[in-house]
Amino acid sequence: MNTVVLLKRVPDLVEDLEVDSSGTALDSEHLKLTLNEFDDHALEQALLLKEGGGGEVTAVALDSEDVDKMLFTALAKGADRALKITGTGAVNGTSELAEVFAQALGSVNYDLVLTGVQASDDIDGQLAPTVAAKLSVPCIEVITGVEAGDGSVTVHKEYAGGVLAEFEMTLPGVLGIQAAAQSPRYAPVSKVRQIQDSATLDEVAGAGGDNGKFSIVVMTPPETGEGAQMLESVEELIAVLDSKGVI
Amino acid sequence: MSQDVLVVAEHGQGKFDDITFEMLGAGKALAAQTGGACVVALIGGSDLASQLGAADKVVTVDGEGLENFNPESHSAALAAIVESTSPRVVMIGYTSMGMDLASALSVKADMALAASCLEVQAGDTVTAVSQLYGGKLNVKTDLGAGPCVVSMLAGSSPADAGKGDGAPATETVAAPATDGKVRFVRLIEPEAGDVDITAQDILVAIGRGIGTKDDIEVAEELAEELDAAIAASRPIVDSGWLPKNRQVGKSGVKVTPKVYIALGISGAPEHIEGMKGAATIIAINTDKNAPIFNVAHYGMVEDLFDVCEELTEELQDR
Repeated sequence: MNTVVLLKRVPDLVEDLEVDSSGTALDSEHLKLTLNEFDDHALEQALLLKEGGGGEVTAVALDSEDVDKMLFTALAKGADRALKITGTGAVNGTSELAEVFAQALGSVNYDLVLTGVQASDDIDGQLAPTVAAKLSVPCIEVITGVEAGDGSVTVHKEYAGGVLAEFEMTLPGVLGIQAAAQSPRYAPVSKVRQIQDSATLDEVAGAGGDNGKFSIVVMTPPETGEGAQMLESVEELIAVLDSKGVI
Repeated sequence: MSQDVLVVAEHGQGKFDDITFEMLGAGKALAAQTGGACVVALIGGSDLASQLGAADKVVTVDGEGLENFNPESHSAALAAIVESTSPRVVMIGYTSMGMDLASALSVKADMALAASCLEVQAGDTVTAVSQLYGGKLNVKTDLGAGPCVVSMLAGSSPADAGKGDGAPATETVAAPATDGKVRFVRLIEPEAGDVDITAQDILVAIGRGIGTKDDIEVAEELAEELDAAIAASRPIVDSGWLPKNRQVGKSGVKVTPKVYIALGISGAPEHIEGMKGAATIIAINTDKNAPIFNVAHYGMVEDLFDVCEELTEELQDR
């Protein structure tokens, strides 16, 4: 089974996010990007499927700052091929991104497409079902287990309260991965460097973009209301616990 | 295009999820702005229609293969309802089921989409406020005149506003054929764990800030002193450090303890959905801008390990 993993870089939420002077975009000067954590799980799940039953794993990403390192890291972890989509410039939202990915997948031989269930900047919906709809193939979101079958996969979809639904899906198809069967593996820096010297990234010119059907009016930090009463010491914390009758 | 608001009901195992009534309440308020009706799309479970008394109309699609949620057949059924009712706004839950429906509808019916929405307004155009970037920013978007899809965050509106004892007209749309590429097999109930965190008075909840699996011990020692149970946010459970039955949030459980102590939890919307009902929330985090402080009653910008160790010692001495 040949699997494609769609990787996306998103703002690192550990850092402070600043809105630029237009009020409608993040200030790129202070923006640090990182791999969407759910995409990392999608990559891990793809590698596990390959290790269990063969096939190739192709990691695909849009050209952006530091994307080469991200793709070399995917190769270092065990992906067979990395494909960089170039020349698209900034992409406005999930729908446009999905269009670019869907066009690029025209040149790739795949059975299964995996990507993260969601990303923190999904303004206009999630990538997996959007790509699937554009490719006219089936899709299931919020997947926590994947087993390869003959021309199909058996998957577990997660609902609230930890209830799982089991589905069979005929391939080709797309899955939005919530969590891989194990924590994403780590690629040592030395191995990434070694791959960087020996491997190459494939490139394909990007096409698509569908001029997103929405426009951003304003980005603002959430209203905090009263906010939390800040405590300065453990003594104050103990006083709170005492007042609530729990100690 | 009509001026109607179409609310997509979500149900499982014979009952509606809260999100259905939350959206029905929000959908009625929105329909008052558009001047249209608030219509509910009920896919499968047509015997539940009598509980939708707050709606102006219910449109059902039912039949074989729709008893249980199926991304393919439910998407096709929703597309048929949208075609038949031609709504201005379609409201879908930002939930596991809703994620399968909203984006697919948006592409297939060529409708604008805003996800993770807290609120929606309609005037000449439809605007939505989405909670993004892990709860750190709200993004207001303009979706044009319509038609459009909005996927609503659980808990963004009160469920009570969506309950009523009217008797809305019911209309039936024929179930469309599908290719049968997605087949429902079974539901798997979670294994009952050693502890039911929904029944605890005090929870000590840990998030990514705990760092490593071995460091959970620090929180466990505090929990023991407080006679509390350990709970966790999603990354901890996804890493396999704690069992699934300890997970609070969208894909875990909702908890309402007397006291919820959040250690190193940033407060992503998915987590807050599961714990905002706690009577007292105390958050300890090194990031003073962590969204958890917006819902917490008390907060400390401190290293969780320092606080845990000192608090545990103080309690032991009492």
